[in-house]
Amino acid sequence: MNLTTALARLLIFPGLLFAVPAAWFFLWVERKAVALMQGRIGPPFMQPFYDFIKLLGKGTPPRSGIAGLLMRAWPVLAVSSAAGAVGLLPVLPASGGFEGDLILLLALLELPSMCIIAAGFSSRSIFGEIGSAREAVLSVSYNVVFLLAILSIAASQHTFRLEALAQIPPSSVPWLASLLHWLGILAVLICLPAKLHLNPFSLPNAEQEIYSGPMVEYAGPELAMWELSHGLEWVAATGLVATLAAPHVTAGWAAILIFVGLCFGIVLLLSVVASATARLAIDTTVRFYWQVTLIFAVLAISSALFMRFRS
Amino acid sequence: MNLWNKLMCYSRRRSPWLFHLNGGSCNGCDIELIASLTPRYDAEQLGVRLEGSPRHADILCITGPITHNAVEAIKTVYGQVLGPKAVVAIGSCPATTNVFIDSRTLDGPLNKHLPVDVFVPGCPPRPDAIILGVAKAAEILALRAAKQWPDESVMVPILEPGEACACGDSASSTPSPESTPSEVQQ
Repeated sequence: MNLTTALARLLIFPGLLFAVPAAWFFLWVERKAVALMQGRIGPPFMQPFYDFIKLLGKGTPPRSGIAGLLMRAWPVLAVSSAAGAVGLLPVLPASGGFEGDLILLLALLELPSMCIIAAGFSSRSIFGEIGSAREAVLSVSYNVVFLLAILSIAASQHTFRLEALAQIPPSSVPWLASLLHWLGILAVLICLPAKLHLNPFSLPNAEQEIYSGPMVEYAGPELAMWELSHGLEWVAATGLVATLAAPHVTAGWAAILIFVGLCFGIVLLLSVVASATARLAIDTTVRFYWQVTLIFAVLAISSALFMRFRS
Repeated sequence: MNLWNKLMCYSRRRSPWLFHLNGGSCNGCDIELIASLTPRYDAEQLGVRLEGSPRHADILCITGPITHNAVEAIKTVYGQVLGPKAVVAIGSCPATTNVFIDSRTLDGPLNKHLPVDVFVPGCPPRPDAIILGVAKAAEILALRAAKQWPDESVMVPILEPGEACACGDSASSTPSPESTPSEVQQ
């Protein structure tokens, strides 16, 4: 991947020029789907955009010292890492990529949640600190399954290239390879509600209990950046599943259409699940991820090892 | 006004985020405020969101006749809401202290302590009236930020049951108290 294609992917497609409107669209789809499930009409189409513009025009509380500087830095870091993660997604066929971009993508996907944890602690608010602690516990729980699922797919194919992972490879045991692939996608899908702070795993930003948690002291443009980074996380996380699940096509426009359609479907699915469930307590959540979904991880790892020894 | 200011003014009108504060209310108005977010009234169509933190909010919704205990809390929270902001007094209590007038536990009415932008009278007011008040407050907030609003308070008319009001976001669509329900529905 040379510099031009890298910049084009980061800034145009699937990077900022595509990802920012897509982020607002997905935030709207989430709110609209919840409203429809509750028998309401819900917000207008442009609502996340209006919210963003309005937040840009609001004031911010005065902050001083290192803590103030850090509090301003976290949302910017979160937005840039989420945008970078979207830019790495191999949406277009033969769009380049480099050995090890999977590891970079996983790191960039994890950074916004690290920023949320740090932001809650640097706000020095008791609600923010509780929210950060919850986010940290949640992150430790779902990441076991999330990382094992993706890494087992990678291990079975002897590569850390995203492009190679996005297709089911020819193998000596094709049914096992495709089973492993879909098992991994299912495991990642189960982790997404926790990654995106949706019900039933919306513990860190529980607005009824801890006043929206780590975000409690944020206002104005900084809050706008958090909203944007949340939207970009939507695009990156659903986009990761979409690229893994998408059938391999050669035409660029077909690939884009399939990508957007799959993302839309996943957003709809997650929103419906979110509106149909209530928030779980922290111990139930942790038990769910460590006990119930660990079976996915064990299956994925064992079949990956099996495939390596067969090949 | 240039394009950016116009967009900002429009966005401020379309995205009022509320913070709800109880100043010694009997909970009647609080229930009606929550009712305005339920499927029957669905204030989210106007972009209304009830926020957990006053830092996120644009509009402070205050209920109750303002007890001595509540005064400091109300002033603190008003300071925590960042500008441009507006205050909506929900119910008759914050406007006049209502039936609790001359009580020794009270330090009301609300406009003794804060500049109130919209009064929504009623005991309790109907959810449609609350939504109308919030929409009016969002408009005031946007116009004041653009320096086009003289500092004056607005009162929402008392709506009767069945007087379903199409919550317009401009003053012209506000029904006058004399208008009959059939006129309003048209």
